[in-house]
Amino acid sequence: MSRQTHTKSPRVGDGALFRRTLIALTLIAGTVLVVAPLAIIAVQAFSRGFEYFAATITDSDTRHAIFLTVVTALIAVPINTIFGVAAAWAVTKFDFWGKRFLIVVIEIPFSISPIVAGVAYLFVYGLQGIFGPMFQDAGIRVLFALPGIVLASMFVTAPFVARELIPLMQAQGRDLEEAATSLGASGFRTFWSVTLPNIKWALLYGVVLCNARVMGEFGAVSVVSGNIRGQTNTLPLHIELLYHDYNTVGAFAAAFILAGLAVVTIIAKVFLERQGAGRRARPTLAAPFVAEKTQ
Amino acid sequence: MKIRLNDIAKTFDDFRAVRGVSLDIESGELVALLGPSGSGKTTILRMVAGLEYVDEGQIFFGDEDATSIPVRERGVGFVFQHYALFPHMTVGENIAFGMKVSKTKRTKAEITARVAELLRLVQLEGLADRFPSQISGGQRQRVALARALAVDPKVLLLDEPFGALDANVRRDLRRWLREIHSELGITTLFVTHDQEEALDLADRVVILDQGQIVQQGTPQEVTRNPDSAFVVRFLGDTNKLSATVMGGTADLGGASLAAPALPDGKADAYLRPGDLSWSATGGGIPAIVERVIDRPGNRRIIAATERGEPLEFDVPPEIVVKAGDRGFVQIERAQLFAAE
Amino acid sequence: MRRRNVLPGLKLSLGITLFYVALIVALPLGALIFKAASLGPEAYWNIVSSERAVASYRVTVTAAAIATAFNLVFGVALAWILVRYKFPGRRLVDAIVDLPFALPTAVAGIALTALFAPNGWLGAPLMDAGIRVAYTPLGIMIAMAFTSVPFIVRTVQPVLEDLDPALEEAAQSLGASDLSIFMRVILPILGPSILAGVSLCFARSLGEFGAVIFIAGNQPFQTEITALLTYIRLEEYDYAAAAAIASVILIAAFVMLIVTNLLQARGLRYTARS
Repeated sequence: MSRQTHTKSPRVGDGALFRRTLIALTLIAGTVLVVAPLAIIAVQAFSRGFEYFAATITDSDTRHAIFLTVVTALIAVPINTIFGVAAAWAVTKFDFWGKRFLIVVIEIPFSISPIVAGVAYLFVYGLQGIFGPMFQDAGIRVLFALPGIVLASMFVTAPFVARELIPLMQAQGRDLEEAATSLGASGFRTFWSVTLPNIKWALLYGVVLCNARVMGEFGAVSVVSGNIRGQTNTLPLHIELLYHDYNTVGAFAAAFILAGLAVVTIIAKVFLERQGAGRRARPTLAAPFVAEKTQ
Repeated sequence: MKIRLNDIAKTFDDFRAVRGVSLDIESGELVALLGPSGSGKTTILRMVAGLEYVDEGQIFFGDEDATSIPVRERGVGFVFQHYALFPHMTVGENIAFGMKVSKTKRTKAEITARVAELLRLVQLEGLADRFPSQISGGQRQRVALARALAVDPKVLLLDEPFGALDANVRRDLRRWLREIHSELGITTLFVTHDQEEALDLADRVVILDQGQIVQQGTPQEVTRNPDSAFVVRFLGDTNKLSATVMGGTADLGGASLAAPALPDGKADAYLRPGDLSWSATGGGIPAIVERVIDRPGNRRIIAATERGEPLEFDVPPEIVVKAGDRGFVQIERAQLFAAE
Repeated sequence: MRRRNVLPGLKLSLGITLFYVALIVALPLGALIFKAASLGPEAYWNIVSSERAVASYRVTVTAAAIATAFNLVFGVALAWILVRYKFPGRRLVDAIVDLPFALPTAVAGIALTALFAPNGWLGAPLMDAGIRVAYTPLGIMIAMAFTSVPFIVRTVQPVLEDLDPALEEAAQSLGASDLSIFMRVILPILGPSILAGVSLCFARSLGEFGAVIFIAGNQPFQTEITALLTYIRLEEYDYAAAAAIASVILIAAFVMLIVTNLLQARGLRYTARS
């Protein structure tokens, strides 16, 4: 570092005093806002010792909440992945009327409050909703049951896979697929042996983020699940329940599991970013410079 | 403004980019720093600008030691290789930038008038309100020059000024830059790896290799009297034939050349394609034609000597010759150096 | 303009996409809008302009605005140090920036509450200083700031990374000071990305639920956010009110989306090629 300041004329903000002050202030703020919450979860979860923690998370309601969360993810994530791949294929390999609009619509759930999503589902499948009475007559429970939880989870995470794939596949163009097709490969074969190898890390990246959000979703699921203990409580909802029962340690023990999921997600994210997935693949707003450099 | 570099050196980590370069640039001179990539030419330019610190040595602007004057006070105009135009400012705003941030306050009217004057100088009247992304590469180049000139620099520095442009635009801009230079008379230093560009444009060419000056002089001096095989090779197409020197005469196996300065032993003769001619009947180095390439102005013969050394040279279009012909290559001029 | 295309799979992929978008995204939002619209203008207006609802908008918008303003400074500073400086632990910090995205909001909610509660690690010293965080609007702001900080960092960071050093050098060679280069060159170029980050950050804060409800105290007129009011109306089986208030949040999100896109297009007008 000292080498660099010696050899190169300083860039803006490279003064030692400014640099150190800014790093220090930012890291202090970062520690207070981001690191401290993570630390307090661990401390609280184990505040009555490991045995109590173990007992709490093996309690039957908690076990059921974990089970329900995993089942939800096992259904919602693969379906969203298929949708994401299909959407990315459609909008990047073809031109059709309304394509830009479709991209905007796919992104909508990203900017909508989860509470609104939950309420919206109520008005489709609830008793006061459009199809609610119909489903009830048929004896199918959508709301306050697993299907509702899965549907709400799919809504909030609908864009996750597609938004990783679309920019990447747009940048890669259609040449490879056209070449494969001209050599006689079938559509599925083309996707499997030409497209997929080039997008696998971005795809996995989207899946990881999608999974983290599905397992952690609170607001939307809270509205549609009915919060029935031991039945329709996912892990995030169970945390709320325990917390309001004044079972703070239990709530933090459950939170600890989800925090562990968050840490694993971040590690996977860092790994996948090193493989070239993630934010590097997205076109940045500085695109004009990149274009000029490559001219 | 006269510029003097006194034994400057620069090391990046382990790489010695510039190893003791001394150079005098006279006021109003147009000098090219020419060299292959990695020869240190851009580093020298950036040190003159103050964009890189000098590890050793001094840089003088006139009589003033400018070595430690920061870039923003050094008063140089720098044209970047990819122009570095501010993408969010119009052409006019780009040109006005230096005047707006200057410590010498100028009124809006003064700035506007100066921008208009510079736009006229670089022949871009009417483009003041365009953004850099909306004009061509050659136009961007000229905006970059106008922006650099706007602050009345003591010296103008250009890093590969035509590197990013296609051949036609390049040639036009070269002429035009030469005209601007004679109009303004500003001391100018530019970096290029293109020997044609350097010879075409500069009053004086400084040839660099591995961080050191290998030769400097007018285009005539460096082309007619290159003082190393590197300079010969770097300045253009050339053929190499091995020779044996004995008592001041070099024998090329069929032709001999006077080599008074060379010691006895092995030597290399460098021959430009235009320095050779072809004769079917005799006198010269025996050779066999392998291929003839017809070009608009001449015919290029690709041949090999009896010793198997390849030769390429040009003959007038009238000469009748075809692949497989045997004949003799005659040498009109050559540059001889002791074998490497 | 349309290019003939030999690639297979248009019908299948577009079919899946449209079916999914219609069923999962469009249908519920349509149902919500239908429900809200079926209230009739007068009833709708009475609900959305009720005193308690208006108070909740005020609480939500104010807290989101302040949280966003804080993240604007903090997020740009964080992006700046991550891109421009090398310091020990930089890569770790870079990874941790995503924690608020990865951490479920309910987990963030109880953690922040414990941290800022009057007897918490940070709440206790702040109480001594006379600042109450938990169960006040300040707590709402902190929860919102926490959940939305990565937006600004992650939108600004790549632009800062791609910023051509020659632009700064050019400005330096023209005599500009550091402050002047930052204000006139760097900031305007970061502008569109900052705007994008700010709008994502603000939108997320407006809609945030899980992290806020634990720390907010949820007193009507004081610390009750609009999303919670919607939830309360549902629990009271007042579906009409829930639909109306949810539609306000939805409309606000759409307006944000449109305004942002317009501002972005304006901010990036210089990139358009003629």
